[in-house]
Amino acid sequence: MTAMIEISGAEKSFTMHLQGGVKLPVVRGVTFDVRAGECVVLSGPSGAGKSSILKMIFGNYRCDAGRIGIAHEGAMLDLAQAEPREILSVRRSTIGYVSQFLRAVPRVATIDVVAEPLIATATPREEARERAGRLLHRLKIPERLWALPPSTFSGGEQQRVNIAHGFISDHPILLLDEPTASLDAANREVVVELIDQKKRAGAAIVAIVHDDEIRHRIADRVINVTAFAAAA
Amino acid sequence: MAEIRNAIQNDQPLLVAERLGKNYGRITACRDISFALYPGEVLAIVGESGSGKTTLLQLLSAQLASSAGRVSYRMRDGVLRDLALLGEAERRFLFRTDWGYVHQDPALGLRMAVSAGANVGERLMAVGWNHYGRIRQTASSWLERVEIDTARIDDAPRTYSGGMRQRLQIARNLVTEPRLVFMDEPTGGLDVSVQARLLDLMRNLVGELGLAAIVVTHDLAVARLLSHRVMVMKGGQVIETGLTDQVLDDPHEPYTQLLVSSILPP
Repeated sequence: MTAMIEISGAEKSFTMHLQGGVKLPVVRGVTFDVRAGECVVLSGPSGAGKSSILKMIFGNYRCDAGRIGIAHEGAMLDLAQAEPREILSVRRSTIGYVSQFLRAVPRVATIDVVAEPLIATATPREEARERAGRLLHRLKIPERLWALPPSTFSGGEQQRVNIAHGFISDHPILLLDEPTASLDAANREVVVELIDQKKRAGAAIVAIVHDDEIRHRIADRVINVTAFAAAA
Repeated sequence: MAEIRNAIQNDQPLLVAERLGKNYGRITACRDISFALYPGEVLAIVGESGSGKTTLLQLLSAQLASSAGRVSYRMRDGVLRDLALLGEAERRFLFRTDWGYVHQDPALGLRMAVSAGANVGERLMAVGWNHYGRIRQTASSWLERVEIDTARIDDAPRTYSGGMRQRLQIARNLVTEPRLVFMDEPTGGLDVSVQARLLDLMRNLVGELGLAAIVVTHDLAVARLLSHRVMVMKGGQVIETGLTDQVLDDPHEPYTQLLVSSILPP
């Protein structure tokens, strides 16, 4: 299978200028590939840099060194060197990201929050909303909530809206940061099914999951990020 | 009325600033600023008062002559032209049609004593519309788009609330379907609840119309919600620039870290 993500020698540290310039090393020498149809789970204790690696793949954190190769529109693009507009293009059509917390715009209805990634890639609004509705239904968000902004929802409901937002597109790469953390057993089951579907459709997935059972069920490979520890 | 913009056109910058600078006597307001803005791209210029961001906006919108460098703009014929070398008619065309300018104080961007409908219709008449019924109908549909009750179309904006005035100013600017809108602290001076509504509205309109925009703001929440890209200014210079969420989530410069850490959590 073709590699969708090729990371080599990626490095990240934070320099805290407000704390006297303290340098916090996060990861160093991050090197791994993810192929189409494969789910790679990042493991390691809290603070080992798992979320930071996901954010580097998404272009949210800048790399100090190394390369983040992303298969985008038929070519390998180094996200560590990409222009802002290239990163935005990658996010529109190639990489989907389910973050730990939903960052929604005030006033926007749940159904539109979920439909938004499809509309951004020129799917007609009606079709986008219909697909959003199907996904919300599957994730057991009652229809009476669809017209409300998700900011008032419970943590678990927000997380499911977030999952729907991340899974609605047919992006070939999907990054999942604790997608099942605040969900009950039935909803965890739905997420496992959704991940399976994406894998069968050929998506390359990088996930962080703390739940051993879920990890066991979705992971094709586990990468322990403590191997990339950037000891100061 | 909506024109189809093709993808090839989007690969060429709409506005290019090259080594732009402005001095007032011995005081430097802006120094050595270069960037390119692409169609549909929203750029936020952030920084505290006195950092030079409003001067920069005025330089970019040809309201102020630069002391150094230049600004070029891609005219509708596809040719990139130096703004300082434009003829008067071309400059007028830009201000009337191709550009919008949203002031922090709506009183500067509106005519406070004439009706809301006339405020919007005036921009259309300036580009040659002369059918009263069509002008009124278009003005009315724009009031609806910015969530102003059309029953208020004949009222003057001086009878409007601050939030309504700002929304009217936006309607007046967008009615000619400009390709580029400059905004100077568009949510400044408004209540927080009014700000949220305005931001959401602007975000939708910018997305639907595929507008490019340059937004000056000291409010990082505005930058996060509206912009794709951020330039952080300090002492007249750009000290950090990048994708908005990169700069706000992973700020590198000491001053940017200070700005980001100064936000109160919601």
